[in-house]
Amino acid sequence: MSRIQSVFAELKAQGKKALIPYFTAGDPHPDQTVPLLHALVDSGADVIELGVPFSDPMADGPVIQRASERALMHKMGLRKVLAMVKDFRETNQKTPIVLMGYANPIEAMGVLQFVNLAKEAGVDGVLTVDYPPEECEDFNKQLAAAGIDSIFLLSPTTEPSRTELIVKQATGFLYYVSLKGVTGAGNLDIVEVKKRVAEIRGSTDLPIGVGFGVKDAETAREVSAIADAVVVGSRMVLAIEQSDEHNLIPNVQALMKELRTAIDSV
Amino acid sequence: MQVYDMPDKHGHFGPFGGIFVAETLVEALEELRLMYEKYRHDPEFLAEFAYDLKHFVGRPSPIYHAKRLSDKIGGAQIYLKREDLNHTGAHKINNTIGQALLAKRMGKPRVIAETGAGQHGVATATIAARLGLECVVYMGAEDVKRQAPNVFRMKLLGATVIPVESGSKTLKDALNEAMRDWVTNISNTFYIIGTVAGPHPYPMMVRDFQAVIGIEAKQQMQEMMGRQPDAVVACVGGGSNAMGIFYPYIDVEGVRLIGVEAAGHGLETGSHAAPLTANSPIGVLHGNRTYLMQDEDGNIVETHSISAGLDYPGVGPEHAWLKDIKRAEYVAITDDEAMHAFHQLCRTEGIIPAMESSHALAYGEKLARTMSPDQVVLVNLSGRGDKDINTVAKLSNITL
Ligand SMILES: Cc1ncc(COP(=O)(O)O)c(C=O)c1O
Repeated sequence: MSRIQSVFAELKAQGKKALIPYFTAGDPHPDQTVPLLHALVDSGADVIELGVPFSDPMADGPVIQRASERALMHKMGLRKVLAMVKDFRETNQKTPIVLMGYANPIEAMGVLQFVNLAKEAGVDGVLTVDYPPEECEDFNKQLAAAGIDSIFLLSPTTEPSRTELIVKQATGFLYYVSLKGVTGAGNLDIVEVKKRVAEIRGSTDLPIGVGFGVKDAETAREVSAIADAVVVGSRMVLAIEQSDEHNLIPNVQALMKELRTAIDSV
Repeated sequence: MQVYDMPDKHGHFGPFGGIFVAETLVEALEELRLMYEKYRHDPEFLAEFAYDLKHFVGRPSPIYHAKRLSDKIGGAQIYLKREDLNHTGAHKINNTIGQALLAKRMGKPRVIAETGAGQHGVATATIAARLGLECVVYMGAEDVKRQAPNVFRMKLLGATVIPVESGSKTLKDALNEAMRDWVTNISNTFYIIGTVAGPHPYPMMVRDFQAVIGIEAKQQMQEMMGRQPDAVVACVGGGSNAMGIFYPYIDVEGVRLIGVEAAGHGLETGSHAAPLTANSPIGVLHGNRTYLMQDEDGNIVETHSISAGLDYPGVGPEHAWLKDIKRAEYVAITDDEAMHAFHQLCRTEGIIPAMESSHALAYGEKLARTMSPDQVVLVNLSGRGDKDINTVAKLSNITL
């Protein structure tokens, strides 16, 4: 059983939903990434999505774009992200880490080398935003061989026939993008999300996470009633952006506690 | 004879091209692909396209024998395919009309575009005005400053111009922002991409709409000379004017196809926009796999060219393929060489070329010099230089 599978199985046994925070590695500063990872775990993260900064984050809204820019100013790259995961794993063998990013940094490193280094570092899942299943069969096979889960996005525009195709390649969990737009955009339509998540459940037994529009505790609560996991990205990154080095960890943990309480109240 | 038949049905040109986008865009691209398949051979659609090219754009664009220039260079005869004479001043309008006619058939009331130099933005705003479509153009904040006259032209035509402040604030960032708009407004919006880049079916579709350049050239050369040129030369930003003139020549033996990239301050300085000539690694950006200027972490590096239209870190995937199969050759011309060719054409032939096209001219002249007077070099003069006069004046420390 992969680390991601164990976490979801354990939560299910307890009747709980997963809270998955996202932040961009290297933001606000590379020295703070590993402490942030631990702080998120301490304040209730079940899985962490760690963003790999990229110069051209096409699927991201302004908040995560700025995080990427801050990280790149500190010369954060994929190699350093992997080193940070390795560092984190020295004291945490339980919390799954999913790398979220774009195809080019992976291709620049070389797919095989990336998979080997990711495995060695203790990465549990990889979500590559601009790798639809049609374009990454080979990559997927190599991830599978290394025991790393392939996380895929499903969107409000995904047709049922494509859902079938995607769930066949997906492992770990599925990530439903709750709105048409970039990360951090608009407001999600909870009725629509409910309908779509129910449809997706008809095609797969994989746990389903929902994200892209979870802006506050109230939305997190609503989403957790429907999905197996709530992903909070831009809101988390905004908390990081609005903090200084002294209150960074307390601010992030305060937000986490609020979200955790909301999710556990369902 | 082997017939060139690219891309495959998934939009791959060998290892290049494809559809590398976030899931939300996949269905929209599939819808576009199906619509394009439906209309690309539809007589009514093609007739409407041809009508607009003739009566709105002013096609066919002539081929002009630059005699004085050829004599001055002292080598092969230089012929110019005069895309600069098109309505709005460049080849870009050919493609925007094709895509806007598709948008209309798909019932999309809103079109968006990215632009660098502003030529594609102007061409999109133009056809949007003519068809009564809402038009939003994304333009890097740096380019908004560099290309003020084109920004005003777009506004006159009723378009909204949105300056893009992210990343390097140039063409690639405008493309990112247009993609973000499209993901958000997918149900009512058609994204008119301005070059042979982006995810499938864009590289193929834009090439097909621009192929009118090469189709005309082939016929015109036959009529004028009774033969085809020895070499066809075109500048390459994303590569649409080059693909447009190359494509009908791919299966014609004995015609060299030469793409000219921007060497900026010189390839050796790293300050350029010539991924093919500089042997950049393969990567994924803006929905396709191609040669890409990037650092060792896979982040896209800043490019430089004196001409905003060539200032792009990637290149259309079909050019990557044509380079690999050695059907086309790629070279690069520096800012200074392009400027020299610019002034020379102004004074020798009475034609003010676009700075982008001046790169093709500069190489065409270099090549002609090595050839004999009975040989022919056909240069695609992709646009006129009116948009560039501020930049040129500034280089000479003149304020207009
Ligand atoms: C006159 C002219 N030529 C060439 C280009 C470069 O584009 P492409 O390589 O797609 O032809 C541009 C782009 O703005 C242009 O305005």
